[in-house]
Amino acid sequence: MAKITYIEHNGTRHEVDVANGLTVMEGARDNNIPGIEADCGGACACSTCHVYVDPAWVEKLPAKDPMEEDMLDFAYQPDPTRSRLTCQLKVTDELDGLVVQMPEKQI
Amino acid sequence: MGQIIVVGAGQAGASLVAKLRAQGCEDAITLIGEEPVPPYQRPPLSKAYLLGEMARERLYLRPESFYAEQGIALRTGTGVAAIDPEARHVTLTTGEVLPFDQLALTTGSSPIRLPAAIGGDLGGVYTVRGLADVDAMTGEFSEGRRVLIVGGGYIGLEAAAVAAKKGLQVTLVEMAPRILQRVAAPETADFFRTLHRSHGVDLREGVGLDRLTGEGRVAAAELSDGSRLEVDFVIVGIGIRPNTALAEAAGLAIENGIRTDAQGRTSAADIWAAGDCASFPYRGGRIRLESVPNAIDQAEVVAANMLGAGQAYEATPWFWSDQYDVKLQITGLNAGYDRVIRRPGAKEGTGSHWYYAGEQLLSVDAMSDPRAYMVAKKVLDAGGSIPAEAAADPDADLKIYMRR
Ligand SMILES: Cc1cc2nc3c(=O)[nH]c(=O)nc-3n(C[C@H](O)[C@H](O)[C@H](O)COP(=O)(O)OP(=O)(O)OC[C@H]3O[C@@H](n4cnc5c(N)ncnc54)[C@H](O)[C@@H]3O)c2cc1C
Ligand code: FES
Repeated sequence: MAKITYIEHNGTRHEVDVANGLTVMEGARDNNIPGIEADCGGACACSTCHVYVDPAWVEKLPAKDPMEEDMLDFAYQPDPTRSRLTCQLKVTDELDGLVVQMPEKQI
Repeated sequence: MGQIIVVGAGQAGASLVAKLRAQGCEDAITLIGEEPVPPYQRPPLSKAYLLGEMARERLYLRPESFYAEQGIALRTGTGVAAIDPEARHVTLTTGEVLPFDQLALTTGSSPIRLPAAIGGDLGGVYTVRGLADVDAMTGEFSEGRRVLIVGGGYIGLEAAAVAAKKGLQVTLVEMAPRILQRVAAPETADFFRTLHRSHGVDLREGVGLDRLTGEGRVAAAELSDGSRLEVDFVIVGIGIRPNTALAEAAGLAIENGIRTDAQGRTSAADIWAAGDCASFPYRGGRIRLESVPNAIDQAEVVAANMLGAGQAYEATPWFWSDQYDVKLQITGLNAGYDRVIRRPGAKEGTGSHWYYAGEQLLSVDAMSDPRAYMVAKKVLDAGGSIPAEAAADPDADLKIYMRR
């Protein structure tokens, strides 16, 4: 389980507990947090689950695979270090305290 | 307070009700679905879920509690038997009558089944549409068993990939001269044929199924080339039909699906439709799409229009398919293409096929090449094109054709 803070683009914060094994995207979906659309349901096919990871967390997350990297390159206003696709981030105890920020829009 | 009823608790139905609430709709909303579970995503049914790599709850588009929290009455395991557009009520299969002010039909589609006359009703013959279908067949997926897959479209090919990965002996027959005949160019079919054969799938094109035989349960298949095959079970993936019967019985216009205008209105007042079941105007013609993105986008436009937005639905078609470790992403619609350009990918076994009509780019199939897919999608969604010479040159930077 990890406590994850999702910050909407307008600044609204949502702090929720997400079970291990789910993805950070599913944590937002299951808690009805707006800003992550996830049209493909986590298939790494749509890039509508994009967030900016808090700078303190960038190094602590598992590396992006090439597919995620390429999809992110075409997301809306990607940041080379902070951007991630939340459907590719699996929740573990190590993610406790993670903070992610939503982009202005997903596409 | 008005009454909104949504018939069909699938991808489009779930998106529609969520959007209604997100837009501040205060009407009473009832979402009615035949299946016994809350709305779920279907793509994993022929991919990760069939492989056994995904828990059932993860398929749900929203947790069950979402609907109550949002004041949406979700009635699962309940069918709508009839609509009376004049009296403005629906009759449930239980006989219960529910009045509506506005009604949305998101009834989806049903797989085409093999006729009983050729063994379609034997035990061990499956289609892949719902959770119940997949739950019924997972027990069959043990190593060494022999599966026949009928149909070389995306569903059949994905099922073949799962079966091959699990160590089954897989035969796939496609009646047409090649796999993906209806949806993709020969180049893309070649790519997937090679991929499946390299994983040991016995893929036979131009070969149809004459009949399935067995005592109560399927044991063998007779093929159109005269051969006979012993099988343990069969998966049929020969296409779907939109679920229009309910609308048709209510007198709504049907034209390759429930006919809607650009805003998603059917021919009856205050009755709307979206998703697999609906056909809509597109570039001077009329189309019906069978995909998750279409179900979501169209349902969201319909939700806004039910609240008076008056928006036209501008489809930006896209689709994906996972087979083995290849991710296929498709953008645009290739209907009417006159040539296909190949663009090699950065890595072995990746690349993209670009469909053109004259100088206009129509569509791209990208095989594990998300960069090609994303560039083409951005350009096509903005109504642009990319010169074929640039598409063919792997060193050409295509990003310059994206509008900023
Ligand atoms: C195995 C499989 C794999 C797929 N893979 C992909 C993919 O990779 N990418 C992609 O984009 N698309 C894919 N699709 C297609 C995608 O899932 C559909 O296009 C999408 O689900 C359509 O949504 P919908 O809401 O229109 O229909 P559905 O999701 O089918 O929902 C319709 C619901 O309405 C219910 N219903 C119908 N009639 C009634 C009635 N009279 N009363 C009550 N309820 C009723 C049905 O039981 C059903 O639950 C796949 C489909 C399948 C089956
Ligand atoms: S949900 Fe589609 S890429 Fe993450």
